[in-house]
Amino acid sequence: MFLMEHHAKALLRRNGVATPKGQVAGTPGEAKGIAETLGDGGYAVKAQIGAGGRGLAGGVRFAKDATEVERSAAGMLGSRLETAQTGVRGEIVGKVFVEEQVDIERMFYFAVLIDQNSAEPVLLLSSAGGVEFERAAAADPDVVSHVPLSEVDWRKPKDLLHLLASVGLSGSAAESAAAIAAGAIQTFHETDALLIEINPLAITAEDEAVAIDAKIVVDGNALPRHVELEELVSEAAIEESERLAQANNVNFVELDGNIGLVVNGAGLGLATLDLVVEMGGQPANFMDIRTTAGSFQIAKVVQMLLERKSLKVMLVNVHGGGMTVCDTIAEALNFAYSRTGSSIPIVYRAAGQNAPWALSIMKDRRLPFRPYETMTQAVAAAIDIAAGR
Amino acid sequence: MAIFIGEDTRVLVQGMTGRSGTFYSDAAMRYGSTYVAGVRPGKGGGRHLGLPLFDTVAEAKSATGANASLVVVPAHGAASAILEAIEAEIGVVVCVTERVPVHDMVNVKAALKGSATRLIGANSQGILVPGVCKIGVMSTADASPGCIGIASRSASLTSELVAQTTKAGLGQSTTVGIGGDPIHGIGFVDCLDSFKDDPGTKGVILIGELGGNEEEQAAAYLSGSGFGKPVASIIVGRHAPPERRMGHAGALSVIGAGSVERKVELLREAGSIAVRNPDDVAAALKSALKGQEG
Repeated sequence: MFLMEHHAKALLRRNGVATPKGQVAGTPGEAKGIAETLGDGGYAVKAQIGAGGRGLAGGVRFAKDATEVERSAAGMLGSRLETAQTGVRGEIVGKVFVEEQVDIERMFYFAVLIDQNSAEPVLLLSSAGGVEFERAAAADPDVVSHVPLSEVDWRKPKDLLHLLASVGLSGSAAESAAAIAAGAIQTFHETDALLIEINPLAITAEDEAVAIDAKIVVDGNALPRHVELEELVSEAAIEESERLAQANNVNFVELDGNIGLVVNGAGLGLATLDLVVEMGGQPANFMDIRTTAGSFQIAKVVQMLLERKSLKVMLVNVHGGGMTVCDTIAEALNFAYSRTGSSIPIVYRAAGQNAPWALSIMKDRRLPFRPYETMTQAVAAAIDIAAGR
Repeated sequence: MAIFIGEDTRVLVQGMTGRSGTFYSDAAMRYGSTYVAGVRPGKGGGRHLGLPLFDTVAEAKSATGANASLVVVPAHGAASAILEAIEAEIGVVVCVTERVPVHDMVNVKAALKGSATRLIGANSQGILVPGVCKIGVMSTADASPGCIGIASRSASLTSELVAQTTKAGLGQSTTVGIGGDPIHGIGFVDCLDSFKDDPGTKGVILIGELGGNEEEQAAAYLSGSGFGKPVASIIVGRHAPPERRMGHAGALSVIGAGSVERKVELLREAGSIAVRNPDDVAAALKSALKGQEG
């Protein structure tokens, strides 16, 4: 779960990470007021969204004076920002972060993350920091060094300084950068982070290191033991539909199509999405009904889909297993249809645990459905209906 | 025949007295699996579902000869439970718990190195040898003893393919859910390596998905091993929305997590039958097996 930049920086500052002076604003007037309290060497106005890639997408603007800050903030607040990491719908900018502009001499990249492949934390370090870092790293993996965190005694400056020397940092700049690295690693452990990334880690003309941008991705599974983070995460920009689904034990991703998907399990959910797209249909969503979801919870999410004007058909693809049984989902469909009075046709395919019972529920409740034997047949039928055939 | 577990498997359950622990232990025993003990700190000396309860895994093991454990413990305590089982040198540990914190799993992985334990999960549906032993939460209604080994990252697609292979008259030798979490116990390669040596397994199904590098490792293993049995692979998430919430895009481009199409391609190059539609998997494998006989 991605924390917004100003939250990430606040957490890092607690552990001694130097960041530019700044404050967060919800209105253009507030942004102007903040600029007036900062120095007069220029300002950065940064959209606060739950994804990276802002620099290349117009989500970071520079301003000479407070009036220009106000204008930039007005241009961003309330707009949808789409970056390479947000997906096509982008995210609505609810807040901007106004910071003093820093005079940058050199830019580095620093990250600490859990490397899934080696199942341990690693440090990434590069002298090619900045908005073009991802491109540079993709083109030439050698611009980044990987070091397992277990090989670094990060509580002592010596190891970190040695590491920073490998990317050409020495003297007081290296000492200042080592403090940022140590603070980031400490925060990584304290917050159960999956990723902390500082890019750029800038060196100023005065040889001081500053974290110009900072990303923290925390582990949603660890939130129960971090009450303080729970509040920050809930502020992150999440589509309302996804928030509602999450609250009801359903993983849900909003898409642009007209075929609603009701599916249990992440694997079957992905397989259904693949089939719909590859056979020429347009899914309205991705759905993974988790094993802990009850029929009333599932019904709420189905209801949300039914209330969508663009929806043409509901494609139900369920395989009842040891935990989610088919009748739970049939009951959920019944609740959602009776609450909304919807007549959106259901293309229905259910197999596995309690499939016959579920089918009898569908029939008894007179739901507008047609049953299919295989998922391929069901997907084809749903695409036909969506296309008006 | 089977891999990892079999007739001699004696299962203890960590967290047996809870609601889920009770339900799944009972279901597995009714299926005919040999369950011998429950572990619940503070309830040692008692009984549950007709089995003795112990305070620790070590006590349960020495009293009952248990050699496998089913961990049904809430997420915040799951890693400690697994670590206790590793310390007691339990051979096979299956953790079905969802949402175990990732940093906890990093500690578990470190403890597994050089240990006597093979961990399945967490966030796994478990392991099933049809008709013999079930350690997990999967449905057994459509399972049948047979010759196909299944290794999977997805419980729902496993159910699907268990039903399909049963319908096709092939049945299953063993089904293993390696778990849906980024950091988990055994992987595809461990499963393939055991399926290769298992005389009861004639063909294998790999069910993979986007993310991680399990599929890439499996492809590397298959191209180098002279596997000798047909392997059908289905990799889902080819049209998944980008992982925007993870915000990992930058770091991932560095660490080099492969695209789904790349996984499919690598497995195909390694000689696996790359199937795109789940409905076609059993048929593809059946015809490959026929081709081998002919």
